[in-house]
Amino acid sequence: MGRSDKMATISKPTTARIPAARTLRIPKGVAHIPLYIILIAGAILMLLPFAWMISASFKTLAEALQVPPQWLPSTLSLRNYQEVFNQQPLFGRFFLNSVIVAVVTVISVLITSSLAGYAFAKFNFPGKNLLFVFFLSTMMIPFQVRMVPLFVMVSDWHLTDTYAGLILPGLVEAFGIFLMRQFITSIPNDLIDAARIDGASEPRIVVQILLPLLRPALSALAIFTLIGNWEAFLWPLLITNAEEMRTLPIGLALFAGRYIERVDLEMAAATIAILPMVVVFFLLQKRFIEGITLSGLKG
Amino acid sequence: MQLSLSPSQRRALWAYVFLAPAIIFFIVLFVIPVLRALQYSFYDWPLGVPQKTFIGLENYRRLFMDDPVFLISIWNTIRFTVGSLVPTLVLALGVALILNQGLKALGLFRTIYFIPVVSSLVAVGFVWRWLLEPSFGIVNYLLRLIHIKGPGWLVSPEWALPGVMLMTIWRDLGFYMVIFLAGLQTIPREFNEAAMVDGANAWQRFWKITLPLLNPTIVFAAVIGVINGLQVFTSIYVMTGGPGDLPGGPLNSTRPIVLHIVEAAFRSQNMGYASAAAFVLFVMILFFALIQIRIIERPFEY
Repeated sequence: MGRSDKMATISKPTTARIPAARTLRIPKGVAHIPLYIILIAGAILMLLPFAWMISASFKTLAEALQVPPQWLPSTLSLRNYQEVFNQQPLFGRFFLNSVIVAVVTVISVLITSSLAGYAFAKFNFPGKNLLFVFFLSTMMIPFQVRMVPLFVMVSDWHLTDTYAGLILPGLVEAFGIFLMRQFITSIPNDLIDAARIDGASEPRIVVQILLPLLRPALSALAIFTLIGNWEAFLWPLLITNAEEMRTLPIGLALFAGRYIERVDLEMAAATIAILPMVVVFFLLQKRFIEGITLSGLKG
Repeated sequence: MQLSLSPSQRRALWAYVFLAPAIIFFIVLFVIPVLRALQYSFYDWPLGVPQKTFIGLENYRRLFMDDPVFLISIWNTIRFTVGSLVPTLVLALGVALILNQGLKALGLFRTIYFIPVVSSLVAVGFVWRWLLEPSFGIVNYLLRLIHIKGPGWLVSPEWALPGVMLMTIWRDLGFYMVIFLAGLQTIPREFNEAAMVDGANAWQRFWKITLPLLNPTIVFAAVIGVINGLQVFTSIYVMTGGPGDLPGGPLNSTRPIVLHIVEAAFRSQNMGYASAAAFVLFVMILFFALIQIRIIERPFEY
């Protein structure tokens, strides 16, 4: 009773329910069972399309089209994969193109973002706030607005069907500058000032003090840029005509469009296209989640 | 000359040096193209023809008065954005709330739900084309098992866009789930524990504590979703195009704004008209972004 009285001072109307709730409490593990059932059902739905894709990639065409669906292929043959590379020997080249474009873009975004982020976080100069707001405002501009002038520009500079043309629009990322500024602001000024007193030049401070401290932010930004760039579709579609300059998404779309009736080949090609990024994801899982989280919270 | 610079001026100079690459790229890749696009939008300019004719707001007038397909594409884009984003956010929040109960397998489920996010959109687009195939696709097969006659999905004007939405929900759920999980983890446990002591049930705690505290995260997620949704292109291009038929079908039922812009620029080769349509999209995005800033009212921190 004494206990109940104390409670009453906190919240009167509900005091009576507390002891009842206590006695009725189900062990946590048991209470979680329905939650696990929901999660497992959801997980099955998430994985089902992949399971079907991989299964179909090993099937013959007739098997893949069977109703009701046959969940497992009758044989485990790689012939569909061989056939994909026979029909489109350039798949390796598409992959290489995507890697080249992604790597250069990521490096450029990392360099421009960390340098500009450093300037905004640790320096005072005329026009600072104005410039920062200007950078941020570019985040709201949809790519389609810049698309036509960029296309005209790249054509005028004779950069269609070149890596330079593919890479150009993504060289800088306002979001990256914003992210880096947030991160660098949290680095103590003393660290930088001490280096200055020791006579270190500004570029030296960036390389020797800043970069090592920025590693988590840089890897998050790298992954964020990589995902976005790897998926780029519209620009590479417009700017490339030569088959050997296509990136993976475009190459896959053209291949699948050409073999629209061949579900077996299409699913083998889709598996090939999905695999590299999923492998990278499994290797760097923590960084991926951090990258998304960071962008979500700081954005 | 060098001696006349004070230390603070010297440092300001370094700041400009560090900003130089970003500023140059922004001018070349953003400022000039956006200004040019605005300029093009006032001109009649067929691609490949050197001279442009100034026509004022005529492109904008034609978009809204003479081009019913553009209006259809706006309507499709809005339908797609709302119809895919709302279920995605609700489901993602639900999964995040469940995972946040301190379940042991959090990492495993988070990984599984996140796999579609890192999977090539083009590839999963083609996978879903087959899943949604009306007669032998898995989706309609599963519906048949529970005695529902599945629709024609991508070949039906009514169901094509919902088909693309279904794929989008599946693919984006994990992304928003991770954002919500991060937001939920910033809510101090004591809040919920205190409410529990006060006798608030799970439902009350969700409405009175979790949801209000999660509001900035939800608004942020919604705005990213709206900005991405309004720019939808790849999934529709992949899922509705084919050797015989153009993407955006059947009967323009899935045609998004971006496809309209791209076709105006590169099929009809009218750069001015395409730029005007792109600016309409820009204004739509700006409108939603400004609403966000209003809702959050989080000023820039300096």
